[in-house]
Amino acid sequence: MNQLQQLLSRRILILDGAMGTMLQAYDFSEEDFRGDLFSHWEVPLKGNNDLLSLTQPAAIKTIHQEYLEAGADIIETNTFSSTRIALADYRLEDYAYQLNLESARLAREAAQEYTAQTPDQPRFVAGAMGPTNKTASLSPDVNNPGFRAISFDQLREAYYEQAKGLLDGGVDILLVETVFDTLNAKAALFAIDQLQEETQKAIPIMLSGTITDASGRTLSGQTPEAFLISVEHIPLLSIGFNCALGPRQLTPHIEALAKNASFCISAYPNAGLPNAFGAYDQSPQEMAQEIETYLQKELVNIVGGCCGTTPEHIKAISEVAKKYTPRPIKTQ
Amino acid sequence: MSTTSILKLSGLEPLVITAQSNFVNVGERTNVAGSKRFLRLIKEEKFEEALSIAREQVENGAQVLDINMDDGLIDGKQAMVRFLSLVMSEPDIARVPIMIDSSKWEILEAGLKVVQGKCVVNSISLKEGEQEFIAQARKIRRYGAAVVVMAFDEKGQADNLERRIEIVERSYRLLTEQAKFPPEDIIFDLNIFPVATGMEEHRRNSVDFIEAARWVRQHLPLVHISGGVSNVSFSFRGNNAVREAMHSVFLYHAIRAGMNIGIVNPTLLQVYDEIPKDLLEYVEDVILDRRDDATERLLEFAQTLKNQKQQKKEVDLSWRAEPLQERITRALVKGIDQFIIEDIEEARSQAARPIDVIEGHLMTGMNVVGDLFGSGKMFLPQVVKSARVMKKAVAYLLPFIEATKDTKRETAGKILMATVKGDVHDIGKNIVGVVLACNNYEVIDLGVMVPPEKIIEQARLHQVDMIGLSGLITPSLDEMIHLAKEMQRQEFQLPLLIGGATTSKAHTAVKIDPEYTHAVVHVNDASRAVTVVGNLLQKEHQSTYIHNLKNEYQDFRQKFLKRTQHKEYLSLQQARDNKLKLDWDQFTPVIPQRLGVQVIDDLPLEELLAFLDWTPFFRSWDLHGKYPDILQDKVVGQQARAVFEDARNMLQELVLGKKLQAKAVFGLFPANAVDGDDIQVLDDEKKKEIARFHTLRQQLKKFQGKPNIALADYIAPKESGKQDYIGCFCVSTGFGSDELARQYEENLDDYNAIMVKALADRLAEAAAEYLHLQVRKHHWGYASEEQLSNAELIREAYKGIRPAPGYPACPDHLEKRTIWNLLEVSKNIGVELTDSLAMWPAASVSGYYFGHPDSRYFGVGKIKPDQVADFATRKGITQQEAQRWLSPIIIS
Repeated sequence: MNQLQQLLSRRILILDGAMGTMLQAYDFSEEDFRGDLFSHWEVPLKGNNDLLSLTQPAAIKTIHQEYLEAGADIIETNTFSSTRIALADYRLEDYAYQLNLESARLAREAAQEYTAQTPDQPRFVAGAMGPTNKTASLSPDVNNPGFRAISFDQLREAYYEQAKGLLDGGVDILLVETVFDTLNAKAALFAIDQLQEETQKAIPIMLSGTITDASGRTLSGQTPEAFLISVEHIPLLSIGFNCALGPRQLTPHIEALAKNASFCISAYPNAGLPNAFGAYDQSPQEMAQEIETYLQKELVNIVGGCCGTTPEHIKAISEVAKKYTPRPIKTQ
Repeated sequence: MSTTSILKLSGLEPLVITAQSNFVNVGERTNVAGSKRFLRLIKEEKFEEALSIAREQVENGAQVLDINMDDGLIDGKQAMVRFLSLVMSEPDIARVPIMIDSSKWEILEAGLKVVQGKCVVNSISLKEGEQEFIAQARKIRRYGAAVVVMAFDEKGQADNLERRIEIVERSYRLLTEQAKFPPEDIIFDLNIFPVATGMEEHRRNSVDFIEAARWVRQHLPLVHISGGVSNVSFSFRGNNAVREAMHSVFLYHAIRAGMNIGIVNPTLLQVYDEIPKDLLEYVEDVILDRRDDATERLLEFAQTLKNQKQQKKEVDLSWRAEPLQERITRALVKGIDQFIIEDIEEARSQAARPIDVIEGHLMTGMNVVGDLFGSGKMFLPQVVKSARVMKKAVAYLLPFIEATKDTKRETAGKILMATVKGDVHDIGKNIVGVVLACNNYEVIDLGVMVPPEKIIEQARLHQVDMIGLSGLITPSLDEMIHLAKEMQRQEFQLPLLIGGATTSKAHTAVKIDPEYTHAVVHVNDASRAVTVVGNLLQKEHQSTYIHNLKNEYQDFRQKFLKRTQHKEYLSLQQARDNKLKLDWDQFTPVIPQRLGVQVIDDLPLEELLAFLDWTPFFRSWDLHGKYPDILQDKVVGQQARAVFEDARNMLQELVLGKKLQAKAVFGLFPANAVDGDDIQVLDDEKKKEIARFHTLRQQLKKFQGKPNIALADYIAPKESGKQDYIGCFCVSTGFGSDELARQYEENLDDYNAIMVKALADRLAEAAAEYLHLQVRKHHWGYASEEQLSNAELIREAYKGIRPAPGYPACPDHLEKRTIWNLLEVSKNIGVELTDSLAMWPAASVSGYYFGHPDSRYFGVGKIKPDQVADFATRKGITQQEAQRWLSPIIIS
């Protein structure tokens, strides 16, 4: 915590880019996804990117290395969907702990190699904790608005298991990300806080929400300021937004957080808005240029990329970030 | 840990409660213990219907929603989860934070698990001992909620001052030290218990609460204080008049002591200042425990109130059985919109064309309204209500009319109305517009700040029959002259109507009428507008009427000019020689507590109510008489009471619902009179001149011994060697009220739109009065002993004055710019000046503060060209510009 916070007060830290976008290039087949371990699994596994940490670890580690090479200070584990809840689609619930543990180890190894190479730029691993595929404050059934597909307690237990796997695997930070329902995030924070109490250790927590559309609100309807108020009871390393929008569209929402938060601010938008084919085509230079606005306005402490970003994007962003000082951190 | 008392909560939107926030009102109807209807719906599992109660609460201004399911016959946990889940699916309800209310921990915790925002848990206490208390607090913290802590411990509920303090102190220590709970997230419920129960030991119940609140505010400044207010009046159940008064009296005192959050039913709350004096005294005796026989006296008085109440009520609906036309006419005359759509639909289904309903049924009804109004049997507010019904009916018919392409409607004539460029005041114009519309005229209302080109262009475009201009500030008079000239130049022939508070028959006759060869009429009230417009448009007698009008104005002009010539004026030098000479040797200026500029973002609206001056409010509705006598007036009393009641309801909505915000900026500065009529304003160090006010001096020759006054005479001159002081200020209550008025207008409800504006204006004056008092007593502090009633304030019985630029003592509007620069008004509170130096939003007041005990309001009256020239030099502006701004007061 100390080393991280010292660094954050001195410069803007760079978070890595998309894992999924990079994996698309490998074009893995169903067999590749299964590997030897799951060759006889009863349901198809293609598309479960998190599983590749077990079945194609070399590819995952290479992607981590490419981002580290591009200048990332923090890399994210390949665990976006590694909760019991999200894994249920593949009947892999019982592998949740192991997936998190192994993914954390892979990222840890890659980060350590680079820290050894560039000791003046220590690298960190953030354990990615995604939103799961169910929401605790919204009903999936329009005819039954009071219905909930998941409960707070189920989420809390699943996040507890994920966080434990990530910490046991050696992550430095827990990153609760792509929050579109604040109640899901609160369950994650509750679980992490339980772990802090049990281990008597302060865990650096990054929290990153998602503004889904032009309404400027989260999917569950909160404004950025309401979102911040709902989660600031747990001391955070940073709060911010990622995904869904390009850097330019995200600016006002990052500003709303930066104005009110007493934590560091993070932002890792998509490479622009998706085109007609669902692909992202903002170039590294274009993206870095839009991100420069955050830097000019001293809005952020941590920047990186989400969907559609590649090591080239991260390199461009990291170069522009070198020219600026981080947002001063308000202390309460 | 933070050092300020900021409680942040969230629903879909944030709610940030600071020490400066007004009282936070928690909605209580979604509580099975507090609302019979809610209890029944939950018991019958009608959750969707129960949601409507939550929605009503939020719409009525609840800032936090208290939800309670504690009832023996309900599965509280299941009901809480189900209801909250439904609430979360309704964005218009879920926007406010939730207060999860239960005496059972398992229900509280279940509730915390289904709400995404930052809630308040209501409540926990030391009832079950320290261990449980701390464990619960830690969990609440982990769920991210604030907490209400009851003054309750192992020994029971705190029922006196000492016990309250003891429990609060202990709870606070445990929460902050052991549970690491942030103090600003703690709300103490200090137990509100009933008074006037007849039991001796209950006498001090409310006093003890108030004193406990004061103690907490002083010793634990970061926490918040709340309570369930309706408890206090428990012994008067069934007598709402007394209960309402008790609630507001209790709140009035508790809020002053530090209570800032409360569970209150807004419909059971009287406006403090509106409580009849006798009732107020009895209630205050009880709440403050001022007399041994307080309870008996209130009980006795309450009995008389109850009897009065029971006589009225019961709405008579027998008129619904009458024939269709009678029903429509009655709805229009009485302003009842409840059944109008069904009646109009019935008429439409019988009519050959939908337009016939307007020209037949509705016009028949409106003619009755017009006759009653014309003969003085109906009053303006009623007519505006009639218009509301008419508009609703027409809006319903329009789609049908358009469908038949039969849009041509016979109206009595088309009238264009506008508030002139630079002016923002439109209450009077709107009223005249509504009344004309009621009389079947088509009104094209261009709104406020309308430039002359647009008036001309729109008049041509719509081929109107007449133009009506309105304005309130003096520069608007010039705009009207300008427009008359333009109409002349562009060869218009349309009649021109002039109205608004600063306009007069004299000004119209002397300054406007000569500029335009066609009809110009000054019309200052709505009832006259109908007659005048009717005469102007009546084909047969039109030309005679206009001819007579022109003659009348010419006569008036000549007589007026002759009269003014008799008055004798002094030269500026002579006037200065006869200035007011105060005895400065005997005068010791009071040094203000704090020099420089101060901003108040959120004046407490509740406290402004006590400063309302109602008389001008009634005048804006054309109801003339002095408040409160007007309420008993033989002619207009009944109508005055009706408007008054509507006004009070609206006020309650504005104040409790926080629909508007009152902001203020003021400054106090060292100053001296210099160079005759100027006031030099110095910086705090008294070294540098930071502004200079240029005052104007009376030049009319006075009787022997009477001085020719200028405002500068009230400030110690430099050569006296005494350092004197001056203040200036701006207050506004226009933030929020304009939006609300617009909403009403969009809903075709002119009555309430006008009501909001009229009340915002009164609140702005009240805010100025309130601020002046604060300045006299505290900020400047020259009258710290002052004790005046509202009636005395209205009579201006206080020491020192607060004259406003644009008004008689300082007719020069330009001084506003100096005040704006000095106080940075735009930046500090967002009130702007228009080209004509009107303040925007309109519900704003600005002016100076003079503290000298001999300072009095006066009128500058007319001035001579020598003063205009001198003024231009002093101010550094051209002669022309000075003439333009001062033209209404220059002797012609």
